[in-house]
Amino acid sequence: MAANRAGFLGKLGFSMSVYLDHAATTVMRDSAIQTAADVMGRITGNPSGAHGAAQQARTIIEEARDEIAELLGAAPRELVFTSGGTESANLGVIGAARVNDNLSDGSGVVCSAIEHHAVLNAVESLGGRFVRVKADGQLDMGHLAELIDGTTSVVSVMAVNNETGGIQDIGTVARTVANRAPQAVVHTDAVQAVAWLDVASHCKDAHLLSVSAHKIGGPMGTGALVVREGTKIAAQIVGGGQERELRSGTQNVAGIAAFCVALRETVAEREATVSRVRQLRDALLDGLPAACEGVRETVPRQSTVAGHAHVTFDDIDSESLLFMCDEAGLFASAGASCASGAMQPSHVLMALGLDERHARNGVRLTLGRTSTLNDVDEALRIIPSAVERLSSRRRVSA
Amino acid sequence: MTKRVLVAMSGGVDSSVTAALLLDEGYEVVGATMKLWGGASDSGCCSIADVDDARRVAQQLGIKHHVFNFGEEFMASVVGPYVNAHAVGNTPNPCIECNRHIKFDVFLERALDLGFDAIATGHHARIENRDGRFALLRGADPAKDQSYVLHMMKQDALARTLLPVGHMNKSQVREIAAERGLRTASKPDSQDVCFITSKGGRSAFLGDRIPMKPARLIDHETGDDLGTLPSVEMVTVGQRKGMGGNTAERRYATEVDVATGVVKVGNIADLMTSRVDVTEMSFTNEVVLGGATVVAQVSAHGLPLGATFNGDHIIFDEPQRRVARGQSVVVYSGDEVLGGGIVA
Repeated sequence: MAANRAGFLGKLGFSMSVYLDHAATTVMRDSAIQTAADVMGRITGNPSGAHGAAQQARTIIEEARDEIAELLGAAPRELVFTSGGTESANLGVIGAARVNDNLSDGSGVVCSAIEHHAVLNAVESLGGRFVRVKADGQLDMGHLAELIDGTTSVVSVMAVNNETGGIQDIGTVARTVANRAPQAVVHTDAVQAVAWLDVASHCKDAHLLSVSAHKIGGPMGTGALVVREGTKIAAQIVGGGQERELRSGTQNVAGIAAFCVALRETVAEREATVSRVRQLRDALLDGLPAACEGVRETVPRQSTVAGHAHVTFDDIDSESLLFMCDEAGLFASAGASCASGAMQPSHVLMALGLDERHARNGVRLTLGRTSTLNDVDEALRIIPSAVERLSSRRRVSA
Repeated sequence: MTKRVLVAMSGGVDSSVTAALLLDEGYEVVGATMKLWGGASDSGCCSIADVDDARRVAQQLGIKHHVFNFGEEFMASVVGPYVNAHAVGNTPNPCIECNRHIKFDVFLERALDLGFDAIATGHHARIENRDGRFALLRGADPAKDQSYVLHMMKQDALARTLLPVGHMNKSQVREIAAERGLRTASKPDSQDVCFITSKGGRSAFLGDRIPMKPARLIDHETGDDLGTLPSVEMVTVGQRKGMGGNTAERRYATEVDVATGVVKVGNIADLMTSRVDVTEMSFTNEVVLGGATVVAQVSAHGLPLGATFNGDHIIFDEPQRRVARGQSVVVYSGDEVLGGGIVA
């Protein structure tokens, strides 16, 4: 594992680097790399074809479908392969709204105010509404109940927030929806959840479930949407009618095979990884306020997944801090950036009630299965020294 | 020790070549693109296309590239004041305010915060170290000279800014970019205000943001009523469009009073004046004393005009067309920028 990580960073020419952006993407698993390479080298057929070579490709997909579905708590026929989390979320939310929404203005579509842009922008484009969250990052269930009724078509609440790592209780969300808006479809973005939670049980009450391979050591460009039996959605990409006519386009055979291997390993190791990484994360979260002034945990760590350490600084903007960290070989992020690469005042932190200044001062440090105590030690050396430099400059210019 | 320079890379050819030249000179170079405007622009939302170009050039040069979001500061110190100024009948130059408040203030401060020794931009102007005092000079390419929009730079900024393309002609800059295969080599020069689309123009931009009131056109001499225009806020002193007249007798807006909605219309003689009042003067070096003989320039590519600087006003040697309030007047001695201010 260590060799894998060194290889990954070494390949980028960053031999002395500390990678704390596993929520953005994590180190690909050797088994997944080998599987992808093997399938690419071995398989020529188009899985939609009829001949023997095509059937070989088809077999790889269907065997992966059986296993991935089982690991996610779904039936194989309920699994639609996509190009990743964003496509899954778009297909789930927009696809369900197209079928179920009877209101002309789209106001029957509802999501939490802290969704990833894949969901947030989909709901916004439909004209939907947003459920508040409380200061601790948990969904305001009272507000959810207020916003939904017999006209609601889709409710989307993420299982784990990509910035803070905050876990939402999808079971309670689904029960609230079942009581107040039984006709509505529940979608959950579980992209950040799979590495840390047993999605099969945590998200079992959602009708639609989005996942992505590259967050768990699989390849980028592969994901899936679980569409529970009886849930109707409209395809968003049309063409050859692949994936039971819900997602046209030739499947990414190698990617799907690698996704399957990555998920298998993730689930097998999950308990051990969670307990080991949680200790590292806690050491990081305990060490930062001990070493820097004016820093705090953004949401209580008990409510987050084991890999997330999200902190907010009083007087240090995240752009400057992350720049300094980058220079020192520590790779982390603010969690929210637009396609230009510019950091935005985070809509998640604003929804938590932080003012705009603090919403620009959030830093997301995310650990993964390859993280080590050395990473934490290095982070606890690099971050405080960057903070000290930036605040001493402020003191001089003030 | 190698000097570390943060190059402001807009995604254009000048700043691309700036980064390349500094690398050649042995500086440690990092590129940064400022995200200033989040709304519609001619290069797409958030100027993503420009950021992509800058990032790709940085990759080609093998330097690191970052994006800084100064959207809030840009709104507060450039766009907001631009809009508010029009509401009271002033016509500011937003590029100058951006240089004053963003590039040579917030961006420079950010660079120093991050441990850089200097910043660099792709402006066509030169900075010369004259025994520890820094002189801001016109760019070598007279057609591209941008010293006018840099006149607010003071010693502290001049001491920490590099303008390597200021010594070159634009064609040389493009040649260097082409030789190195930089993707911005043949990118057209940016022309207009970055936050105003060529499609909607200034009137659509301002119309969405301030209430417009009709203009009453009055003859400069006789006081006769000459009709109306939809918005007085859109009329600038010296404007011909909408003022009537023909090729035989051109007519101009000679005075604009937004409070009363009155626009005086006259001929070229009514537009001419020898005096322009200035406020908020700043100087690149020492304060210029009243009575100094200078060369004055009243627009980015305007002619250099002989004048006398008198602190709060400038007297031109020959009468000139009136300049709209809010515009900048820059005073030079030869090729050197002495300072500048805002027309009052």
